[in-house]
Amino acid sequence: MWPRLKYALREVGLSLLAMGIGLGFGALLMVIYGYDPILAYKALFRGAFGDITEVAETLAFSIPLMLTGLTFAIGVKAGLFNIGAEGQVYLGAIGAVVFGGLLSLPHGIHVAIAVLGAMLFGALWSIGPALLKIYRGVHEVISTIMFNWIAYWFVMYLALHVLVDPNRSERTIPVAETARFGVLLKGSTLTGAIYVAIAFCLVVYLFLSLTKIGFELRLLGANPTAAQYAGVNPKKVIFLSFLIGGLAAGLAGGLQIIGRPPAWALYGTLGNVVGLGFAGIGVALIGRNNPIGVILAAIFYGALQHGGRYMEYEAGVCSELIGAISGLIIIALSVPEVVTLIRLRLKKWKVT
Amino acid sequence: MPHPVINFIIKYKGYIFSLLGLVILLYILSLLGFNPLALIETGLLAMTPLALAAIGESINERAGIVNIGLEGIFLITALAGVYGAEVALEAAKSPAWRPLVTMLSPGVIGLLFGTFIGAVIGFVFGIMSVYARANQIVAGTGLNIFALGLIQYLLMVLWAFPGIHIPPRQVLVPPIRTPYMNISGVTIFAILIAIIMHIILHKTPLGLIIKAAGEMPEALDVAGVRVDLVRIAACTFGGALTGLGGAFMPLAWFGGIVKEISAGRGFIALACLVSSGLEPLLSLAFAFIFGFAEGLAATVSVTPGVKEVVPYHLVHMIPYITTLVVVAIFIGKRRFPRALATPYTRE
Repeated sequence: MWPRLKYALREVGLSLLAMGIGLGFGALLMVIYGYDPILAYKALFRGAFGDITEVAETLAFSIPLMLTGLTFAIGVKAGLFNIGAEGQVYLGAIGAVVFGGLLSLPHGIHVAIAVLGAMLFGALWSIGPALLKIYRGVHEVISTIMFNWIAYWFVMYLALHVLVDPNRSERTIPVAETARFGVLLKGSTLTGAIYVAIAFCLVVYLFLSLTKIGFELRLLGANPTAAQYAGVNPKKVIFLSFLIGGLAAGLAGGLQIIGRPPAWALYGTLGNVVGLGFAGIGVALIGRNNPIGVILAAIFYGALQHGGRYMEYEAGVCSELIGAISGLIIIALSVPEVVTLIRLRLKKWKVT
Repeated sequence: MPHPVINFIIKYKGYIFSLLGLVILLYILSLLGFNPLALIETGLLAMTPLALAAIGESINERAGIVNIGLEGIFLITALAGVYGAEVALEAAKSPAWRPLVTMLSPGVIGLLFGTFIGAVIGFVFGIMSVYARANQIVAGTGLNIFALGLIQYLLMVLWAFPGIHIPPRQVLVPPIRTPYMNISGVTIFAILIAIIMHIILHKTPLGLIIKAAGEMPEALDVAGVRVDLVRIAACTFGGALTGLGGAFMPLAWFGGIVKEISAGRGFIALACLVSSGLEPLLSLAFAFIFGFAEGLAATVSVTPGVKEVVPYHLVHMIPYITTLVVVAIFIGKRRFPRALATPYTRE
């Protein structure tokens, strides 16, 4: 029990440290251009957790992030660097528009169909990079980014020309009333979608820790040679990892459409889904690639994104700085050994 | 004993067939009403940043460091280039700086500043990879995401306008005019640097040192060469070339900067170099293929008669699809340095 707890504490400590470093450098960027970082961070915190509505809003922001975080995390678990969530989110969103907007079904069933449709579209988009990886050895960083950009233009085309709202040319047709999640707290945009997202994360967690194929997936990521000796079929595992990632990202995109008032539609600029996939990378790394950690990290990220808007109102700091801060946190997380290295150096110094 | 001409053809059949293919493609396109010279001109423009980044990155990957943050370096240095050029234009008003600025022109100063910032990023990346033993893929991704946010933040604080900035015309770098088409000096530099790097990598002791740092750092260490310094130097050089490519985009190509200016080009450059197997000359060739695809897409989307038929959004997918197809075809035969992305420590 103790070593596991110690390990978990160390992981949490690393994430907290990295978050501190990211926010610290962010403060530096504010000071350089004459802003007050204390005022800005106060506004951010109050905006994110000030009262119950704000907390609900923060949670609403965290819904897609935990899912795209999961996409990246399950890739890492299998030894992949799958950054294709961005494009799969677009596809999921368009899937939700197709199944939620074109069909007419009774309420419960329609929500389920729209959710499944979104997941299906996301998963279909993940097959391309998976096959390129398995059969041609194309590194997933390159293939997924290319698929992201293809998805960007393709979905934009669909949103503006095929599924466009005849009355409002800047967005798609809205999804039917019957395909929408109900708002949980008046005044916020938090809907029942959060249950679906958390349930999905937990299912993936159980799948990874309890099933044989989940074990094979983790083994392949941790030690490919051992996995080979144990008879793991890497092609199958890689394909599965991409597919689950695609399901999660597609769900993230779908829930932005059917679980997020007030639009209930996809904007032609993709404004309500853009950037979610890349934010997921940060979420997964802060969550140490653990499905439970990813949920907590997504809430932190949601707080940054939601609170960032208050930072802009109250301290005048452009909210895009949040994106830069998350990049800095990731960079800080890329050097986990630094703590160990410094400790070694100190020990040496003490001895001599 | 076959004839030397036949020997030559056999040895370079890949290049010859590619050139023939290009000529045929251009001929077909000219029958469809496109101007082939204009297509080559835009192709060369689009090739330049890809080639510079791919050549730079091929040097630091040869030395054992993977930097997938090319996209981020592009974004930051595009902004740095415009900023540097505007500062230079402003400085030209004071008599102390005027001779220097008029000698170099603000645009060239912008390019140099972009190169410098790229080198700084490459240097920091090298330090992190070598001494802090960073996970290079994670660090590169962090760099990309950092840049994505930073460029929007800086566009706002520097020019108080969200997402886009058009600098005055005086800061742009004009192309060199030839009777047939305009060509940028940076493009010529990119072609020259590809040739120079090919020679350095394959014909000089320095090239051997770079390759050894990536293939067998322990052997290099035994031979008395500092692996850490070689790797950091290579990474700095790679960053500098990528930085020049980044500054090239707003200053010598688009004439302005938008928040998504690099549009995945950092990753297309990565595709160039993995398809080429880290060969500078081949990287240049692949960069031209991708640049040509991009130029074709850009031309198609504005050509009267065509733009009404082919949807604008779908045309933009061409460069990315081309990249996927080309990488899928060529990557199978390539091998990469043994110690790539592995930090080196003495036993």
